Amino acid sequence: MTVTSIPVRPVVPPPVSRRTRRLGERLSPYAYIAPFFVVFAVFGLFPFAFTFYVALFDWNPIGDRVFIGTDNFTRMFADPRFWNAARNTVSIWALSTAPQLLLALLLAHVLDHARLRFALFFRMSVLVPYVTSVAATAIVFAQLFDRDYGLLNWLLGLVGVEPVDFVQSTWGSHVLIATMVTWRWFGYTTLLYLASLQAVPRAVHEAAVIDGASAWQQFLHITVPSLRPVIIFTVVTSTIGGLQIFTEPLLIASGAPLTCGAVRQCQTLTLFLYEQGFGQFEFGYASAVGVALFVVVVLIAAINYLLSTRIKADR
Amino acid sequence: MTSTPPRRRHPGRVRWWTYLLLSATTVVSLFPLYWMFVVATTDTAAATRMPPEVVPGDNFFHLVGLVLDTVPFVQALRNSVFVATAIGAGQAVLCALAGFAFAKLRFPGRNTLFLVVVLTMTVPTQLSVVPQYMIMSELGWVDTLQALVVPGLASAFGIFWMRQHISLTISDELVQAARIDGANTRQVFWRIVFPVVRPAAFVLGLFGFVTAWNDFLWPFIVLKSPERYTAQIAIKALQNSYDIDLGLAMSGSFLATVPLVVLFVLVGRRMVAGVLDGAFKG
Repeated sequence: MTVTSIPVRPVVPPPVSRRTRRLGERLSPYAYIAPFFVVFAVFGLFPFAFTFYVALFDWNPIGDRVFIGTDNFTRMFADPRFWNAARNTVSIWALSTAPQLLLALLLAHVLDHARLRFALFFRMSVLVPYVTSVAATAIVFAQLFDRDYGLLNWLLGLVGVEPVDFVQSTWGSHVLIATMVTWRWFGYTTLLYLASLQAVPRAVHEAAVIDGASAWQQFLHITVPSLRPVIIFTVVTSTIGGLQIFTEPLLIASGAPLTCGAVRQCQTLTLFLYEQGFGQFEFGYASAVGVALFVVVVLIAAINYLLSTRIKADR
Repeated sequence: MTSTPPRRRHPGRVRWWTYLLLSATTVVSLFPLYWMFVVATTDTAAATRMPPEVVPGDNFFHLVGLVLDTVPFVQALRNSVFVATAIGAGQAVLCALAGFAFAKLRFPGRNTLFLVVVLTMTVPTQLSVVPQYMIMSELGWVDTLQALVVPGLASAFGIFWMRQHISLTISDELVQAARIDGANTRQVFWRIVFPVVRPAAFVLGLFGFVTAWNDFLWPFIVLKSPERYTAQIAIKALQNSYDIDLGLAMSGSFLATVPLVVLFVLVGRRMVAGVLDGAFKG
């Protein structure tokens, strides 16, 4: 068979080096984000998905694992220790969030004063608690609130109050933990609010002054509305942070750390998860608690989404 | 500190009570650290005396000796420095790279992948510690420092923050011009983008350092032998030996806090500026 001459357009291949370079250029964006996604897939996403799977088993790290369906969840909903931990978590969250946000609002307002002296010093000093570790904070506050040798009880004694056993009582331990959380975060929150305040255009305040608005009216009608998005943001972050409180309760009740006291008076949900997973080695049950925490996070995120879209719609 | 021009927010003078309030706040912020030092320098008899001692004693070196006899605390501090530095520096570079890709490069799936990054910011990793531990067990990483460092490198928030920062500071025209001059993506990043965003990456690394230094739950789960302890876990170990001396855990806390206080005095103003930077507002 003879092949008649088919007019073939001469193909000039581009230099190989250029072609691979172009391919490299096209793929290179993925190389820039790959480290994050590889680490995230292995140590974030996979364990997260696996939590839902493990939660369906009676899973002991050294013994057997038996598929038990939703038994872990049934057991959890009937477990008074779980509900106790949930109550403690909510109580500590409420006791720490409300004072923290109010204090931050007040401090941000005064720190925003343009003629304030030593402004940098004050701004830095409120951030010192944030860089202090939770463990060190817990050790110091437990000592300050100690029944027998604590400075606080000594001061209370001066005004005739009987010594309070903060760690051993339910309310006392919640107040103690909430105090640590508030101390740690109020400065950070203050700076977040301050950042938002500084974004309000000066003209808005000037116009208000010309219209005869008092300082209080400016605070109420300019400061607070302009802070609303960041206030919602801090409520959400402090709620998600509140679900993760672990170190403080573990360290203040040194006699029974995993339960935060003999009657679980300050055991939080994350501490309960740790106790079940790494104290009792019930991996399945601990994972079920993790799933419950996730459901709460989703609910908070949904509420946040609804609130922030409503605020945008209001504008 | 920031580029905000001076404004006259509250016309008129600063009232005296403003300084009173701020001074009281400063005392509240700093007093626990002072108290840590007081208890870390007094002997048990003084620490249990009523009224409490409010000035530092001279027992500091005795207590430090006891701390070192109880746990390898110098090693713990070294481990903490290693872990926190690796995480801080790693986050700074990796988040700058990914932030750059999301801000300035076009590629299929960009928006979806960025949405994944944003979504992961809200889910706390604590809830899946059990499977995380299983993975470390499979990898043979239990009781190693890389079990802390490698997962710590991924920071969704850092990517979000660097993307924001790069979008605001680097114009597309600048990137275009560099490309016309023949720069490839790598050169655009290292020669043009990174020098500009280095201060922001540094602040991000600082926050990564502080967070890693103070991290407790995960190191507490994954570290087993005292030579691997970070400073925070060493504090916990000291607390377990309360019977030796009341001030022991306090001395450990003090030793573990001093490096961060020094760091904060040196670069704290940049951390303050970092929080005040718009991106942290959420």
